[in-house]
Amino acid sequence: MIVMSTRRWVMTGIGIAFLMTLPLLLPNFWLVNIFGRALVYGIVALSLTFLAHYGGFVSLAQTMIAGVAGYSVAMMAPTAIPLGDVALPYALAIPLAVLAASFAGAVVGLIAVNTREIYLLMITLALAVGFSLFAQSNITWFNGYEGIRNVVGPEIFGRPFRTPLVFYYTALIVAVLLYLLVLYVVRTPFGLVLQAIRDSDRRTAAIGFHVGLHRVASFALAGFIAGWGGVLITFYNIGITPSSIGLWATVGVLIMAVIGGLGHPLGAFIGALIFAMMDTFASSIIGHDRA
Amino acid sequence: MSLQFILTVTLNGLTLASLYFIVACGFSLIFGLMRTVNMAHGSLYMVGAYVGFAVYDPLYASSAWASQAWLIGIVAGIGAAALVGLIMQVAFLGWMQGQELRQALVTIGLSIIIADQILATFGGNPFRFFAPDMLFGPVEVPIIGRYPVFRLFQVILAIAVGVGLWLLLNKTKLGIIVRAGVDDRQMLAACGINVPLVAATVFALGAGLAGLGGVIGATAQPMSLGVDVRFLLMSLVVVIVGGMGSIGGTALGALLIGLAEQWGQVLFPTYSVILTFVIMATVLAVWPQGLLGRKPT
Repeated sequence: MIVMSTRRWVMTGIGIAFLMTLPLLLPNFWLVNIFGRALVYGIVALSLTFLAHYGGFVSLAQTMIAGVAGYSVAMMAPTAIPLGDVALPYALAIPLAVLAASFAGAVVGLIAVNTREIYLLMITLALAVGFSLFAQSNITWFNGYEGIRNVVGPEIFGRPFRTPLVFYYTALIVAVLLYLLVLYVVRTPFGLVLQAIRDSDRRTAAIGFHVGLHRVASFALAGFIAGWGGVLITFYNIGITPSSIGLWATVGVLIMAVIGGLGHPLGAFIGALIFAMMDTFASSIIGHDRA
Repeated sequence: MSLQFILTVTLNGLTLASLYFIVACGFSLIFGLMRTVNMAHGSLYMVGAYVGFAVYDPLYASSAWASQAWLIGIVAGIGAAALVGLIMQVAFLGWMQGQELRQALVTIGLSIIIADQILATFGGNPFRFFAPDMLFGPVEVPIIGRYPVFRLFQVILAIAVGVGLWLLLNKTKLGIIVRAGVDDRQMLAACGINVPLVAATVFALGAGLAGLGGVIGATAQPMSLGVDVRFLLMSLVVVIVGGMGSIGGTALGALLIGLAEQWGQVLFPTYSVILTFVIMATVLAVWPQGLLGRKPT
C-alpha cells in the first residue's frame, strides 16, 4: 500500500529523524513540557482532525473519549491512589483502556449518527461536559473532584516512564504510528467512502454504502486514536481529574486542531505545539501577576 | 415513599424546569433565527446575576430603596446581559453569519474572557438575592405542606415568559419577521427588512432572558462561579431534546430535564447526570430533530 509519494516519505523520514535527535539539542524542560506535551495532546487533536477533515464531523467529544481511556487506565493502574478494585499490570491496563475509548467513540458516533454540522457540535459538547460533571460527582468509580492520582505509567526497559527520554520517545513513537495509521486509513476503501460521505452523504447512500455504519466506525477509530492520547496524557499528568477533561480541556483540543487548520493530520501536532508554547510562555508576557 | 414526598420532588423538578425554560428559550430563540450557537449563553446568565447583584446590594443595604432593590436588580441584570449580547452580535457574530464553527469558537472565547473578568471584578465569593417580602418565606400548599413561595413564583414567571414569547412571535410584526427569517434569511433581506437589525434585537432579547434567568436563579439558590458551564450544558440539552427554535419544544425539554434531574438526584444521587443523557440519546435516536423540532428542508 502506497501511503504517500516517495518524496513525502523522504520528508516524513527527515522530520522523524529530526524529532528523534531533539533530546541532544534541547533541555529536558523543552523536551517534556513543550514537545512531549505537544505530542500527547496532538494525538487527541489528531483524532479530531481526522474526523473533521476526512468525515466532516467536528466532534467536541474527543477530549471526553481521551478521558474515558485516561480514567480506565487510572482505575486499573497498579500504582493508583486510590487503588481501584481491579489492579492490573500496565501491559493489560493500557490495551483495555484504549479498547474502552474505542467503544466510547462508537457510542458517541451512534448517539450522533443522524446529526451533522452544528447539531453534532452541540451534542458532542453536551456529552463532553456531561461526562466531566459525572466524573466530578461520582465517588465510587472516579473519586469525584480529586480524581485519581499517582498513575505513573509502566517501566520501559527497566526505566520509569517518567524519565524524560523514555516519555519523549514513547510519545513520539505512538504519535508517529497513529499519524501513519491515519494517512493509511484515508487511502483504504473505508477512508474513501468516509470522504465521499463528507462530500455528499445522500449520494454515497445512493451508491449503496451504509452511511451510518461508516460514521460509527470512523468515530470508533477516532476513539482508538484519542484513547492512546488519553493514556499518555494521564501518565504525563501523573493522574486524572474531572477538570482535565472539562470544558476548557475540550476547547483546548479544539483550538489546537483549529490552529493546525483541520486539514492535514500533521496540522494537529503543529497546532498542539503552538498551543503548548503559548500556554507555557504567554503568562510570563502578560498576566504574570496572577496565580 | 409517601405521596407528599413524590409531590414535593415533582414540584421541585417543575420549579427547576421553569428556570431552565427561561434561560434556554433565549438560547433557542437565538439559534432559531440566526443559526448561531451561542456558547456564551451561560456567561450571559452569569453576567445578569453578577451585575444585577452589584446594583441590588447597595440598594438593599440602604433604607430608602430596600423594598424596590430586587426589582431594580432584575432590570439591571436583564439590561446588562442584553447589552453584552448586543455587543457580541454587532461586534463579532454579525459579520461571520453562517460560519458556524467560527462563531462557536468566538463565543467560547468570549465566555472564557467573561468568566475571567467576572472573577477579577466581583471576586469568587458566592452570594444570593433576597426576594421582596411578598415573595419571601413559605406558603401552605395542599398535601405538600410548607413550600417556598418564590419557587412557585418561578413557575408563574416561566409561564408568563412563554406566553409573552408566543404572543411576540405569533401576533406581532417583529414575530412575523423573525419567523420569516428562520425560513429564509436571504428572501427576507430582499423584501427590504433590515436583517442585521432584527438579528441584533433578537440577540438582545435572548440575552436579556438569560440575564433574567440569572437574577431569578441567584434568588432561588446561592450564585457562584462555574454556573456558566452548567447552564450552557443545560441549554444545549434542553434545546436538543425539545427541538431547535420551538418555544413549545423548549418548554417540553426543560420540563423533562428538570424533572429528570430532581428525580435522578433522589433515586440514584451520584448517577443523576447519566439520566439526563439517557433522555437525550433516546430522543435523538427516535426524533433526530428533537421532540417538537421541524425537519430541515
